Amino acid sequence: MADLDGAELLLLGLDALHEGLGGKMVPFAGYRMPVQYPDGVMKEHLHTRSAAGLFDVSHMGQVILRPTGSMDELKLAFEALMPVDVLGLAEGRQRYGLFTNDAGGILDDLMFTNRGHHLYVVVNAACKAADIAHMIAGMPGVSVEPVTDRALLALQGPGAEAALAGLLPGVAAMRFMDHRVFGDIWVSRSGYTGEDGFEISIPEAGAEAFARKLLAQPGVAPIGLGARDSLRLEAGLCLYGHDIDTTTSPVEANLTWAIQKARKAGGAREGGFPGAARILKELAEGPERLRVGLRPEGRAPMREGVELFAEDGTPVGRVTSGGFGPSVNAPIAMGYVARAHAMLGATLLGEVRGKRMPVTVTEMPFQPTTYKR
Amino acid sequence: MKYTKEHEWLRVEGDLVVVGITEHAATQLGDVVFVELPETDTMVAEGDEVCVIESVKAASDILAPVDGEIVAVNQKLADAPALVNEDPTGAGWFFKMKLDDLSVLDQFMDEDEYQDLIG
Repeated sequence: MADLDGAELLLLGLDALHEGLGGKMVPFAGYRMPVQYPDGVMKEHLHTRSAAGLFDVSHMGQVILRPTGSMDELKLAFEALMPVDVLGLAEGRQRYGLFTNDAGGILDDLMFTNRGHHLYVVVNAACKAADIAHMIAGMPGVSVEPVTDRALLALQGPGAEAALAGLLPGVAAMRFMDHRVFGDIWVSRSGYTGEDGFEISIPEAGAEAFARKLLAQPGVAPIGLGARDSLRLEAGLCLYGHDIDTTTSPVEANLTWAIQKARKAGGAREGGFPGAARILKELAEGPERLRVGLRPEGRAPMREGVELFAEDGTPVGRVTSGGFGPSVNAPIAMGYVARAHAMLGATLLGEVRGKRMPVTVTEMPFQPTTYKR
Repeated sequence: MKYTKEHEWLRVEGDLVVVGITEHAATQLGDVVFVELPETDTMVAEGDEVCVIESVKAASDILAPVDGEIVAVNQKLADAPALVNEDPTGAGWFFKMKLDDLSVLDQFMDEDEYQDLIG
């Protein structure tokens, strides 16, 4: 199996399962992955919001960070790579993080978990090799251990708890961003859809049988990458390489909620992360541009790359993700807009096929989240 | 019914030809969420982009299969673009054209030839 560049595609451990379920396989981040199943993107999306969707996200990078000294030393070493409070994360809890570069741009976004004696990190597939190199170079004295023999499944939606509890009853007691170990299965109550749900790391050898058991639970259907993208867009979540990259700072990306007080000006461990000069300045003075939600008027979607203008014709920004939101039942988008124009309720114009169409700056998420807090 | 390489179907209705996309094309596109229709009473040339279809995945153009005049469009698609997926060769039609000479349709594939194409 080769992609368009002739490069070999990596096969997921569950490749045969996807084929058997009628998955339409496409190249993504170097892997052969299901973009949809026979139901199609729209039905899969709506099914996830009304019942439960099972996603194979085994392409993502799983990494264990093990200290050679104390756990606090490890946490502080990891903090040196991110504008995020790692030290304050309790055992059994997960948090969102961002690797920044010296210019204050974003190298990747990630989830990390305090597992008592080590940290467990999940990074984006397309960035994982660079992230691992970055962690090895940036954290001398920390053992950076890629996890290569585990699948990663996500079970998302209002039916996720009942379905997973059918196999692992203990998950019902977990809250949003809790992490628990059930034998050799690692479960986090989190995801990328805006729904309540779980991410499940499981040894590859048992992954297909486990996935089949989940699919046999009432209401669980397999969901492809297409619906994963529309679900995360409705939830207002960033896609790395599109909505955030090395040119966007966390403040511009409207991710200041991910920068805890301890790392901000006046905090216990202020600064001390790559790009701190820019990021702290933007926190104090506001960024030059901001990632905002966008609601096009009418039914025509505004996709990535659509240029945005003020009503007087001044260029003010660009759409970074956009499409149709099946649950919102309307086109939705997100993009970067010059700060003076990034006001909720402001009307901008997006140029689609040579025509400038009105679009309103709106709050995100577009679809209310249902996390079990 | 005749078929183009671009996966449009053409059906003669009196002195008009009705244009839509095939079931194969609709399936490949995925769920259609928006259709931009042409103006009626406009002259178009073969290959002109006359409609835009947006699916959950991407935008695609519908090209005029032949020279002629757009005399009617399926306004139902503005509110119900999913008709393209539900009934691509019936209620999901796009536009009707008036041609000078219907014999130009002879150049297009028949059902068997089209089935061979999508094989």
